[in-house]
Amino acid sequence: MIPAAFDYVRAGSADEAVSLLAQHGDDAKLLAGGHSLLPLMKLRLATPGVLVDVGRVAELSYVRDAGDEIAVGALTRHRDVEVSDALRADCGILSHVAGMVGDPQVRHRGTIGGSIAHGDPASDLPAVVLALGGTLVAQGPSGQREIAASDFFRGFLETALAPDELLTEIRVPKLAGGWSYQKFNRRAQDWAIVGAAAARVNGGTNVALVNMAATPVRATSVEQALAGGASVADAAASADEGTEPSADLNASADYRRHLARVLVRRALDEVG
Amino acid sequence: MKVSIAVNGEQQQHDVEPRVLLVHHLRETLGLTGTNVGCDTSSCGACTVLLDGESVKSCTVLAVQADGRSVTTIEGIGSAAAMHPVQAAFQEHHGLQCGFCTPGMVMAALSLLEEHPKPTEAEVREGLEGNLCRCTGYHNIVAAVMAAGGSKATA
Repeated sequence: MIPAAFDYVRAGSADEAVSLLAQHGDDAKLLAGGHSLLPLMKLRLATPGVLVDVGRVAELSYVRDAGDEIAVGALTRHRDVEVSDALRADCGILSHVAGMVGDPQVRHRGTIGGSIAHGDPASDLPAVVLALGGTLVAQGPSGQREIAASDFFRGFLETALAPDELLTEIRVPKLAGGWSYQKFNRRAQDWAIVGAAAARVNGGTNVALVNMAATPVRATSVEQALAGGASVADAAASADEGTEPSADLNASADYRRHLARVLVRRALDEVG
Repeated sequence: MKVSIAVNGEQQQHDVEPRVLLVHHLRETLGLTGTNVGCDTSSCGACTVLLDGESVKSCTVLAVQADGRSVTTIEGIGSAAAMHPVQAAFQEHHGLQCGFCTPGMVMAALSLLEEHPKPTEAEVREGLEGNLCRCTGYHNIVAAVMAAGGSKATA
């Protein structure tokens, strides 16, 4: 399988990437590690006229201490997130889950920003950033703006990013309490059939679900039940409330609802 | 677009169309057919090569993305007369049956051993999760990689 023909331009900096996007308009797509985009292009499900390669923008590959938060450059590869000492110490869920994306070869190429900007509800990292109440930083022609993770995921493979914007940074809170990520799949390296991310953030327990709707979603009924003093078992029983899981060859919608309840219970037990 | 890639230590310059995948560049332009195309969907790992020393699936990398970098293929690590220690371990432990997945397995194992010099069996199994063997000969592949890393297989 070979992608349809396209023009290829390489950005040396975030500023250059934004100006190249402005120059080429809606026909352009950003290429980071390429592990979401290139498979779609090989299947001709995506046929951009221009690829703006940001894979060499080294200034966007970093993990930095930012006070109460940790700032991760959008072009930081999954492997580098996985082995980051700063994340392991203060936001272990992010490094742990980065190490569960795909397989080692995928993690050597794929980036955290690419995964989040792709907005796949079956991906691991979008749900984790959503559970953490993270912030996404985007750069466009008129400068930078911050987008709360809760406002970022708009639909299937659709985010709040405008076509002329580049995701530059992901900010996540430093965690003082427990966290858990439960990923259920049948084959190594696969996407989650259902996943659950849970973490203690600012005195409350946040829970987000993978592959239970067109976007990653917060399990608000679980969070509210816990805040009201419900037991883990009672709170987890409502994990599928308000979700709209799809059915496919891996699982029926009802089975996904069952998995959500079971995985949230396991996650909450682990969070403690 | 002109690309310059150090392939197995030799600088190679070619004019490539941007949509050419690295695996096709290696096989068809450079004649390095040791790297196989299996699934062509970044699942099976048969096309695994090292890009700047790290394992990648060359069916999901554009040749232009490898411009200015180094690529190592199975041809670059040893020969039938002078096998790389990982290749020798695959032979010694019968870590192959039909052999189709083997180049990718060996390259993935090299990257794994770089990150975990003396891996546990669990680390080997997880480290090779991106490589499929349809003969299902995993047991001996794991034993070969552990032997190459100087660990003793417990299985």
